[in-house]
Formats: sequence, C-alpha cells, structure tokens
Amino acid sequence: MAIESEENQGDEMETTAAKNSLSDITAARLQKQPGNSALGVGLEARGVHAWFGEKHALANVSLDFWPGTVTALIGPSGCGKSTFIRTLNRMHEFIPTAAMAGEVLLNGEDIYAPGVDVTKIRLKVGMVFQKPNPFPSMTIAENVLAGLKLAQLKVENKDDLLEECLERAGLWSEVKDRLNTHGGALSGGQQQRLCIARALAVRPQVLLMDEPCSALDPGSTLRIEETISQLSSSVTIVIVTHNMQQAARVSDYTAFFLSDGGPGQMIEVGSTNEIFSRPKDERTENYVTGRFG
Amino acid sequence: MSTIEKVPTPSPRKPWAATPIDRAKTAGILAAAIVVSVIVLALTPLSGKLAFAAVFFVAYLIIDFAVSFAKAGRAAAVDSVFRGLVTTAIAIAVMPIISILVTVWIRGHHGLHWTLFTMDMHSNSFTDPVGQGGLLHAIIGTFLLVIVAMIISVPIGILTALYLTEVRGRFTRPIEFLVQAMSGVPSIVAGLFIYAAILIPFTKTVNGIQGSLALAILMIPTVARTSQEVLKLIPEDLREAGVALGGTQWRSVALVVVPAARSGLITAMILGVARVAGETAPILLLTGGSGTKNFNVFSGSLGSLPNYVWQAFSAGTPESITRAWAGILVLLVIVVILFTAARILGNRKVGKK
Amino acid sequence: MFNGFSTLKTQGMHFLTSSNWQAVVSDSGQIDPKASHFGIAAMLVGTMLVAVIAVVIGVPISVGAAIYLTFYAPEAIKKIMVSAIDLMAAFPSVLFGLWGFFVLEASGEYWAKLLSKYFSWIPFFKLPAPYVTRSPFIAGLVLAVMIIPIVTSISREIFSQTPLDRMQAAYALGGTRFAMLRAVAFPYARSGIVGGIMLGLGRAMGETVAVYTVLNIVYQVNWHILFSAGGNVASMILLKFGEASPYEIKALMAAGLVLFILTLIVNSLANLIVSRTGKSGR
Repeated sequence: MAIESEENQGDEMETTAAKNSLSDITAARLQKQPGNSALGVGLEARGVHAWFGEKHALANVSLDFWPGTVTALIGPSGCGKSTFIRTLNRMHEFIPTAAMAGEVLLNGEDIYAPGVDVTKIRLKVGMVFQKPNPFPSMTIAENVLAGLKLAQLKVENKDDLLEECLERAGLWSEVKDRLNTHGGALSGGQQQRLCIARALAVRPQVLLMDEPCSALDPGSTLRIEETISQLSSSVTIVIVTHNMQQAARVSDYTAFFLSDGGPGQMIEVGSTNEIFSRPKDERTENYVTGRFG
Repeated sequence: MSTIEKVPTPSPRKPWAATPIDRAKTAGILAAAIVVSVIVLALTPLSGKLAFAAVFFVAYLIIDFAVSFAKAGRAAAVDSVFRGLVTTAIAIAVMPIISILVTVWIRGHHGLHWTLFTMDMHSNSFTDPVGQGGLLHAIIGTFLLVIVAMIISVPIGILTALYLTEVRGRFTRPIEFLVQAMSGVPSIVAGLFIYAAILIPFTKTVNGIQGSLALAILMIPTVARTSQEVLKLIPEDLREAGVALGGTQWRSVALVVVPAARSGLITAMILGVARVAGETAPILLLTGGSGTKNFNVFSGSLGSLPNYVWQAFSAGTPESITRAWAGILVLLVIVVILFTAARILGNRKVGKK
Repeated sequence: MFNGFSTLKTQGMHFLTSSNWQAVVSDSGQIDPKASHFGIAAMLVGTMLVAVIAVVIGVPISVGAAIYLTFYAPEAIKKIMVSAIDLMAAFPSVLFGLWGFFVLEASGEYWAKLLSKYFSWIPFFKLPAPYVTRSPFIAGLVLAVMIIPIVTSISREIFSQTPLDRMQAAYALGGTRFAMLRAVAFPYARSGIVGGIMLGLGRAMGETVAVYTVLNIVYQVNWHILFSAGGNVASMILLKFGEASPYEIKALMAAGLVLFILTLIVNSLANLIVSRTGKSGR
C-alpha cells in the first residue's frame, strides 16, 4: 500500500508547517485504497443500537472500517456519533443506564461476546478524547507509557517505544529534552498529541478519535490532522468531527449521521469525495452544503 | 443509499452485566474458601469464630487471585483481589451500625413502658425495678437544653454563614478560621470553657443555661458550615436579580436568598441539633442531673437524656442498666427522626448530595 | 465573638508548673498544694496511644469503604449505605461507650487473647496479667468505630470528585478498575484523604465519654495496650471533676487547655489540607 507521507521536519513555526502540509494530506489521501493489508481484518459494526435507559439513542448502524483507512463520522449535534463510537471500544457501558444491541466484530469476533476480556479489547481499540486528558501526576514519559503500566504489559525496550510513539504522534522533537517533566506545561495541541502517543503505546489496531481537535486552535488542529494522515498507514482511524472541512481534508470515507427526533441513524456512507460532491441522499446533501447543522 | 428499512428493533441488552456464569464463579470461589478454612482450622491449633473469619478472608483472596490469574492474567487478578478488599472494608464498616442498633433494641426494649414518658425519677432510684419512674424529666430537660442552644446558636450560625458567603468582608479569614477551630473542639473542652467563663465567676452552681451555652459552642460550627454550603449553592443570578430590583444587599439577601435557601438552612439547624442532643460531657460538668422535672432553665439542675443514661449506667445494677439502655433507645429514636427529617428536607431542595 | 478564650487561658497560666510534662507520673495530691503536683504526661501518652490505635484500625476500613461506595457499589444499595454511615456519625457518644462496654468487651477479650498469643514478641501486645477488658486496645476499637463515619464520609466526597475524563482515559487504555484507581483516583485524592484522616485523629483525641466508659482509668503510662489501664486527657478531666478541690480544678483547666491546643493544631492542619485539595484538585 503506497502512501505518500511527507516527513515533517519538526518545524517550530506551526503556520509554515501548516501551509506545507495541506497539500501533503490531500495527496496522501488520494493514494489510499481499502482492502487487505498487514493490519488484519478490521472493525465491523453490525446492526448496532444503543439506549440510555428508555431513550433509544442509536438505531441500526452497520459500518465497516477497512484497515489503513480514515473514516470520518459527521452529522449535527446529538445524532449519536459519540455514542456510536463508544460502542466500538465498549466505553458505552460505563454509563449506568446504558444498553445496546447488535454486534461489533474485531478481526471477525464479536467484542460483546460473553467471556470476552474487555480490557484486552480496549488495548486493540484505542481512544483519544475531545478534551486532552494527560495524567497530571505523571511525567511526559510516564504518561506515554501509562498504558503499559495500566494493562501490566511487559515491553523490552521502553525507551524505544517511547521515542517511537512520540515520533508517530509528531511530538518527539518538541519534548525529547524534557521527558521527565510534568505534562502541565504543554500547550493544548501538545497535550493532545501526548494523548495520541499514549494511546499508540499499547499498539492498537484501531484508534477512535472523538472530536480530537474541537478544543484546539487551528494551528494545532492542522498538526494533528497531519499526524492522523501519517498514522493511518499503521492504524485504522475513526474520527468523529463537527468540522466538515476537517472531514474532507483528513478522511478516506465519510459516514453521515442524523437524528430526526428519534434515535440517531447512519444515513449514508461512502468515499469522502463522493459524499461531499455527489451525495446520494438529499439529507446528506443538505448537511454538507450547509443548509442546516 | 438511505437506510430506511423497517427492521424490527431488537431488545436492549447489557452484555457486560454479570452473567449467571460469573455469579456461579464467585459462589464457587466462596465455597472453596469456606472448605479450605474448615480444613485449616481442623488441622491447626487455631480455633474459634475470629480465626475462621481470618482464614476465610485470606483463603478467599488467594483463591480469587489464582482463578483470575489463570483466566485473565495479573492485572485482572490484582483487580479482583482489590475488589474483595474494599468489599470487606464496607462490610466491616457497616457491621457496627447493625450491631449497635440491634444491641440497643435488645437490651433496651424491656425498659420501655408508658411511664417512661409520664413520670420522672424524683421518687425512685435507678436501681428500682424497671417499671417505676420515668424519663419525663430527662426528655423535658434535653428538650429545653436544646431549644435554648438553638436560640443561641442558630442565629449566630446562620448570620456567620451569611457573612462568609454574602458579605465577605475583612474579617472573613479570621472568622473562617474560628469556625473551623470550633468545629474540632472536644465536647469536654467546650464544657470546661463555659465552666471557667461562667460557672466559676458567676453562678457557682449547676443550671441549665450553662449547659445550653456549651452545647451552643458545639452547634454553631455545624450550623455555620452546613448553612455556608447551602448558601453557596444558590445561583448568583438570584442575588443579582434581587439587587437589580433596587434592593440593598441586605434587603436582597433577606428577601431573596434566605427564602431560597430556607429548607437547606433548616437542614443545617436540624443537623446541629442532632449533633448535640446526645452530648454528655458538658452536661455533666455544667448542668448536673436532677431526677425532677425542672422547667426553669436558669436555676437548678436539669435532667437530661444523656445524663440519665450516665447515672443509670453508673449505678451498676441490672435494673439500672436496663434503664440506661432504654434511655439510649429513646435518645437514639429522637436522633434518627431528626436525621431523617434533615435528609428529606435537604434532598427536596437541592435534589442531590 | 469569643473573647472568652482568655478566661480559660488565665486559669491555665496560673499553673505553668502544671504543664510540667517532664514529670512522668504524678498523682493528684490532696489539699496540700505543696505536696501535690500535677503532670499530665501519662494522660497525654494515653490520648495519643488510644487515638493512634483508633486511626490505625479505623482508617483503612474507612478509606476502603469510601472506595467501595464511590467506585463499586451498585446504585440500588449505595444510597442506603451512605445514609447508614452518615447516620452513625450522629449517634451520641454515650451510645458508643455503652455498646463498647457491653459488646466489645466480650469479643474484644477474644481478639486480645489472640493477639497476645501470637504477637507478644511485639512489646505492645504483651499481656502481663489476664486483665484484658477495659484496656486501651478496646478503647481504641471503640474510637475506631466512632471515626469511621467521619473519615468515610470525607473520603467519599473527595473520591467522588475524581475527574471523569481522566478516569475514562485510563479505562480507554485498557486498564482494569484497580489500575484506573491507582493511576487516577489515588493521586487525585491523596492529600484530601490525609486531611480526612487528621480530622478523624482530632476527633479520636478529644473523645471523652466513650473512653471513660470503656477504659479503666489508671494514672500511669501504659504501653501494653492490651492491659487494662490507661486513660486519655478528656476522660481524666471527667473523672477528676466530680471530687476536685478548687486547686485541682485549675489543674484540670490547664489539662483542658492543652487538649484544646492539641486538637486545634490537628484540626487546623487537617482543614488546610482538605481545602487545598478542593481548590487545585491535583
């Protein structure tokens, strides 16, 4: 799978880097193709429903996430995108009134099957949240490796892993001299990249991102979009976003969600190009052309 | 490609909830631990309930760890053991409550009879058989003491809270410190303080109002702090609305904030009362404990429930001890009623906590 | 508001000699002021001893219970348990005293015999004579039960404010519940819990009636906590007050002052720590 990804030279000037990479991202994306790859079979959702107590929040979502791709979930607020993404790594169940139906297959096996070890699933399907949440009581290095400690994983060379993850997250050059300081001094964008590095340390197959840039400034946002592009060759990415331009920049496939007062549903899915230029459903067209939402 | 297929909606499930298999597994581990404990007790010189409990505890943890480790690895095993530990902790924490309630009932209900509420002790002694004499003086005494304490402490407490939340003047830090200092005062020190400040120089004898003063010292911090919490919860807009309507700050506080916080403030009051209703030490020092009904707070010793219990206990005979337990039963019932009232009121207003 | 602390102080200052803690053991003498001297060292030791026992036993239980209530308890029984524990905080101390006397004496004797049987190589637990009832150990147990509601309640408040987003991050990384607690909840709550523990300590130090009922108050330093002798400052004051001459009363005042200052220090520190946690939340 040939991916064009320009190496980022670790420029301190975010704006210059941003200007260069817009075209890089688009170019990279055009080259991607779905299909078999070393990543395994991938993640598939089949007929997923979600409830919060009596309220039916999500209905009948079936979606495949092909390895090595970036899929964006778009739609207006409250249509169930975040709920859906949380059914993919079994975070939905933390809400006391939560219930679900359907299957989510990871490498062909339902993650909700009885007897499945949920912590192992979350190692394979990682998550980055809207608000950066590094652990304040840990140093940068400890943060990145936190996942290993949490899951009690043994790794031979921690330093190599540390460098690799920070490098992949696009943060290495900025923090390599202060790995043992606390994460509090980092900017919002840096914190979020730290969280990405942290998520990568446990070697997930899939990385879920719930509006990862909505709390960040545009410069950081672009940095992270670059990171996403570079990562997608080794990790399948699913990103929920409110920002349609971001979806257009970053993703290979886009799924449009909508709720008309009832449960959220997935209206249409297709390659990003098509969804934005030739959507098949009228509601999709209304949304992407900005008539509502 | 629209997905408006009319597929029948499946029913919601919770696949993560504990399945019967999980429950059976836990039961199995418990059973195994029991078996192991029995064997260990049979083979070693350990014996008795405590030994069994200790061995069972250890056996359960070890077996639980082993099973979880075999199934899911070290992290899961540690997690499982920790869960066992905290569950034990809450079990131990709850046991005394049950034990206390049960004990009070068992030992005290023999002493319950109608005369408890109609007679006092002026013609009986504590060692008399249980049907004679009563608690009336003690109940009246406690009632009076508490009412006077309330009269003193509630205004002071609430005004202090108002000062700290609304006015926030120059004295805020010292007053806050003072309130905190007072809330840790041991009851006997409060008693000593009133003793030194009032009894020695002025009254030279026991009476009710001194006791109330000491109780007030203990009540004020509770009332002040709880009121402060309640007042903090009142949203700022309410205050601004009051002032915007043209009132001075004090007017808006009195007419807007206080009514809004009313039930919370009542809760604070009740909690303060519950706290001091059972205080013994200052009363022993300051109020004495007569056996007669005494409605005069300002002179003469007052009976009170804690004092009654104390005297009955000190008398030492089985009858008197039963009286003591009966007295505690009554006191406990009063405290429980107060506490429940405070809870209900508190929940009605804020809805959480 | 309370300008009257000075009164207590004046009483106390007349007797700087009374605050002579170096005199290890003294008895309150008779009316002759010259022969008697008062020293509260024994009772101070007793206060700390009994309070420390209470904390050592009560705190792990309280913190564990708080963790259970915040992170493990099913919704259905959580409210009941929280109410029950808060209710226990309102129980009158004389109740704990009586309960301790009757209930704990019996089973406490059993525990103590066990402890002395297996642990007598630790000097604390030596039992020179078969008098286990009314020992500091039992008093410590009763105080432990008394401070459980307070420490549990404070700990629960603090734990329940653990930031949700960090908790979710820990779970999303594949952590078990315990792993999450270790990475997120414990560091967050640490200083607040310490504050709560100190508040419990303060309460245990000042408890009067419960200790009085349960302990056989003997005026001597007793490190063998299983042996029935000892006392704490508060209960000693109570004991002596009934029969005290005016001279003696002043000494008792001084003792009260000392107790007050001690508890003041502990409680102020505790409040400082607890409020610090609330603000920075680190």
